[in-house]
Amino acid sequence: MKTVNETAGVTANRAIIGGSTAGIHHKRAVWKSAAAYLLRAANILSLLVLVLIFALPFVWMISTSLKTMPETMIFPPEWIPSNPVWQNYIDAWNTGPFMKYFTNSVIIAVGILILQMATIIPAAYAFARYQFAGSKLLFGIVMVTLMIPAQLIFLPVYLELSAWKLLNTHLGLILPFASSAFGIFLLRQAFMQISEELVEAARLDHAKEWKIIAKVMVPLVKPVLVTFTLFSFIAHWNDYFWPLVMTTNETARTLPLGIAKIREVEGVATWNILMAGNLILVAPILVVFFFSQRQIIRAFVYNGVK
Amino acid sequence: MTVWEKLRPYSMVAPSIIIFSLFFIYPIFYMIYLSMFDWNFVSPTKTFVGLQNFKDLLLDADFRKVMSNTTIYTLLTVTLTTGLALLLALWLNRKGVFHAFVQGAIFSPHIISLVSISLLWSWLMDPEYGLLNWVIGLVGFGKLQWLSHPSTSLVSLVIVAVWKGLGYNTLVFIAGLQSIPKDIYEAAALDESKPWTTFMKLMLPMLSPTIFFLVIINMIGSFQVFETIAIMTQGGPINSTNTLVYYIYEYGFRFFKIGYASAAGVILLCIVGVLTIIYFKLLSKRVHYR
Repeated sequence: MKTVNETAGVTANRAIIGGSTAGIHHKRAVWKSAAAYLLRAANILSLLVLVLIFALPFVWMISTSLKTMPETMIFPPEWIPSNPVWQNYIDAWNTGPFMKYFTNSVIIAVGILILQMATIIPAAYAFARYQFAGSKLLFGIVMVTLMIPAQLIFLPVYLELSAWKLLNTHLGLILPFASSAFGIFLLRQAFMQISEELVEAARLDHAKEWKIIAKVMVPLVKPVLVTFTLFSFIAHWNDYFWPLVMTTNETARTLPLGIAKIREVEGVATWNILMAGNLILVAPILVVFFFSQRQIIRAFVYNGVK
Repeated sequence: MTVWEKLRPYSMVAPSIIIFSLFFIYPIFYMIYLSMFDWNFVSPTKTFVGLQNFKDLLLDADFRKVMSNTTIYTLLTVTLTTGLALLLALWLNRKGVFHAFVQGAIFSPHIISLVSISLLWSWLMDPEYGLLNWVIGLVGFGKLQWLSHPSTSLVSLVIVAVWKGLGYNTLVFIAGLQSIPKDIYEAAALDESKPWTTFMKLMLPMLSPTIFFLVIINMIGSFQVFETIAIMTQGGPINSTNTLVYYIYEYGFRFFKIGYASAAGVILLCIVGVLTIIYFKLLSKRVHYR
């Protein structure tokens, strides 16, 4: 498709061709092609500025994480510290029970994901393939849930979990997210696109219903499941709000809480240590993003829209 | 059909429906119920006070400040994010490795934890040693107080939100642009329509569902802003960045005024509910405004 700039480029090109054949508007054509090149150069330059606006904060973060405390206050800044202080990472890690935070983060994000897979696959299949009384109402519940943010109902859920003695437990942090309305919605679309004949053929072979799901349907929607895995893992790995609200001590606290706490522990802002801790939290996600950028953008952008 | 075959779909959706009922549907009703009581969580007795909590909220100057903060924050964030994203999308909507790289770069903040982003920007906005004051110093401006002065604190949070959300919004717009049929542009080109006319008469109407989607999603998101507030400002200085969810959090978990906090929660529920209903109404109509 053409954008405004490209159309401008095309007209400029047309002018060049027209000018050279006629031979009269030659000067003007040269002038125009020079302008087109200049425009292109300016375009690339502004694109690089744009990239800088989004990349520079991260570069600054990495740079700070490798400086000594006095070095963080020097201007103009030294972007690449001459003597990188790797010790900052160890210091950040040692400000709290970080091994515990880390394992908690893994247990909770992975635990949520496994339960979600176990609950959304059958539910999405049922909504996509069976006609049953009340299915519209039940799917309505899914859609309402899709639009309710956790930030809205944390208070009653907190009281609920407190009554069940589930505060400060892994289970308490996992259970509310054991199913995903977004996942059901996404997967149902995928299941509906699979042709009925395929299922019929499997049924004729006397395959059991659960076997059809596991052996025929699930492999066919694998890309959607990968997409959902990325989406769910990133969301719960990054989550700060829910663990903050649902825990009162260290037993089930996660990495984002640990990192945020470095600032409180130190009292004075030791930005180098804080940024090192920050990088510990960001690195896994950035690495995943680096390797599966397209897949992740798909997961977040395209599936959300359609 | 055997009994089991009839029950099968129900057994398949049951786990999910039970989870949703326990942790999403029931809590909504429980919160509405709690909003009509005076209760501090520790005491065994809840005192029924009817709509008193709502009355108190509306009479509380702090709460009115919180509502105006939240509204200003939301309006600024949503208009800036959506508007800038549309411009960026028109600019970045090309094929090729370089453009894919730029798109990836501006999208990256979207998947980074808000904790990291809040800490990073607190450092960038440090009045003495932050990068931002150094950069604007190079251009000849004086030092700004960013988060530590009530006149700039809310706008500073808007900057962070726009920075984080811009890439996602841009890519959604690009997805929208790419779903517009090509022959429409070809027809417009044949008619020798000017770029501006093509944009106003063709692209903008075709993009209207995307615009509505983003405006509503961004609004719902902005009304629940919490992480950046909790980490960067704690609602201060002098209440200048206190917003709805942070207010509910403080009243619930610091002051233990459960009924009062629930009433504020019900107000947020109404706002998000109205936005959601508008969204689904527009979605079901699939407006194009041709």
